[in-house]
Formats: sequence, structure tokens, C-alpha cells
Amino acid sequence: MSSVLQAKLWYAQRISAMVLGICVAIHLLIIFYAIRDGLSAQEILGRTQGNIGFAIFYEIFVIACFVHAPIGVANILQETFPKSGMVRPVSILLALLILVLGTVAVFGVFTGGA
Amino acid sequence: MSNAELKVKVWRGAQEGEFVEYLVPRNPNQTVLDVVTYIQRKLDSTLSYRFACRVGMCGSCAMTVNGVARWTCRTHVSQIVEGDSLEIAPLNNLPVIKDLATDMREFFNKWKGAVGFFKGNQTRHDDFAKVEPDSKERQLANAGIECIGCGVCYASCEVVEARPNYLGPAALNRAWTLANDVRDTQQLERMRAVAGDAGCHACHTQGSCTERCPKAIEPTASIAGLKKLIAKAAVRGSKWGKL
Repeated sequence: MSSVLQAKLWYAQRISAMVLGICVAIHLLIIFYAIRDGLSAQEILGRTQGNIGFAIFYEIFVIACFVHAPIGVANILQETFPKSGMVRPVSILLALLILVLGTVAVFGVFTGGA
Repeated sequence: MSNAELKVKVWRGAQEGEFVEYLVPRNPNQTVLDVVTYIQRKLDSTLSYRFACRVGMCGSCAMTVNGVARWTCRTHVSQIVEGDSLEIAPLNNLPVIKDLATDMREFFNKWKGAVGFFKGNQTRHDDFAKVEPDSKERQLANAGIECIGCGVCYASCEVVEARPNYLGPAALNRAWTLANDVRDTQQLERMRAVAGDAGCHACHTQGSCTERCPKAIEPTASIAGLKKLIAKAAVRGSKWGKL
């Protein structure tokens, strides 16, 4: 991997960390607000179904994770197992898992699983 | 002075070797370098170590004392002694030549690798370059300029341990001072050399280099400066061009 690409990845991770910081704060506030009367699947779906603002916010959250986590995991793998050759496949797999599972989850709560 | 003698364990050998214990009389204001010198002159003349100035100017006497890289000439025994014991080893992350002397070639080659040297475009016939002492660049360069290349930061860096090709804090600090030298003409070349996972972007910002630098330089801050400068240059370009 070229050093310029590595610098770009570092930048992408940095920017996605900023987005994640804001998303996590909002997510926590939503949790505190949402559980004030107890927690049920019905209550959650009641708020999220058909709510496009909610879906967009959580999809941004998913995309930020998709960018941020695999770069960090790749760095950890590279330093821990430098000769394993699994850095790229594992981080790409992780990126795809986060993107697909995250998007499916957002889609699920937006449509109510219908 | 509570104890009359120090028990000093000193690394003997090269990469493979063992600690050998010596008994050294304690003196007021004794430095760790005094202890090593006493052993070499009075107890075992085959002990190899490196020093020159004895006053913290040359940066050649750094060793690992009680597990921490330090200048031995500026470290009083009383500051760090544990009971009556000292353990003196060569610097980490460098090949050991013999006993307490390490091979510093890789350390200095990495300075070269980081384009850690000045190149201008003026000759002796030109007037002096005028750099305002209060300018931002001059201030940033000032913060890191006093490095004397002792290798304490390099020996303390866990990223160097994990990634042997990592340039290390000293070389990157030097690159940062030159990145802020308005007279230097190798900016793009230097940015390419210090970008990425063998360069500044591998730093974990753990701060051991800053914690242990005997000159109170902050290589962590210099590396953070490089990270931002280079990442922006890679994405948006810089005043010297795009990476």
C-alpha cells in the first residue's frame, strides 16, 4: 500500500471519528430519552417506522463505522501479526459486514421488518 | 547516605548475554555514568560503554537504567535507586554491539530516510534569509530544534518495537522542524518520505518519547503536526504541490 494512500486512510479515519463522536453522543441521548418509560420492541418500532430522519441518522452512523473500524483493525493486525497476510482480507470482510448488517438493521427498524 | 554500597546489575554480552552484579561505593551527587565509569576503571576493564561530554550536550551516554531510557550523565543515582539496587542495560530497539554500547546506525539512517537534512537554494553570495523570530513556522521549528540525537525517545517508543521500519520519534521530529523551515526546498520529497505506516501515521500518540525526552522536546506534538500536514497534502494538496 502506498504511503500516500495510508495518509488518506488516516485522514478518513480521523474524519469518521469526528462523525462517530457526534453520532455516539446523539445515540446516547436518544437512549436516555427512549427508555424513560421502560423499553419494548413495540415502543422502539413505533418511533422508528417510517421515520426518514431516524433512518438517515443511523445510516450515517453505519457509514462512519464502516470507514472507521476496518482501518483501525487493519492497523492493529499489521502491528500484531505483521507477516500473516490477513490484514487486507480481514479488514475488507469487517468493512462489508458492518456496512451490510448495519444497513439491514437500519432498513429493518425503518420498515418495521415488513 | 543510608547505604555504603550499591548493587549494580550491568548487561554483559551482545544480543545474547546476562546481567552481572557489581558492588560500587555510593558517593554524594553520584551519577549513573559515574557508577558505570567506576566499574570500568576499578572492577572490570572489559566493560564497554559510550560517553563523551558528561554534561548532557553530546547525547552519547543514554542507557536503560532501572527499565527506563535516560542520559546516564544527568541522572543522579539518588533520583532513581530502588533500595540499594541499580540495573543498567543498553538502549532498547537498537542492536547491541557489546555490553552497554548499541549500534546507532539504523537510528541515524532513519533520519536520512525521513529527509531529515537541510537543502536550500541560496549560495554564499546571496544575502541572509530573513526569518521572523515570531513567525508561526519559526516558533514551530524552535519547539523541536534542540534534539541532540541521543536515542532515548527511539528506545522508549513501542511503535518502533512493533514496526521495525517505523522511522521513530527523533527522525520525525527533525522532519517536522524542517517542514517548518521556510528556506528548505525538499518539502514534497520529505512529506512523501514520512507519510504512511512506516512514518508519522503509525504513531499511537502514546507519548513515551515526550515523557522521557531529556530535552523536554515533544516529538508527539511534532508527529501530530506532520500527520495533519501530510494528510491534508494527500487529499487537498499543499502550498508545495500535491503528494
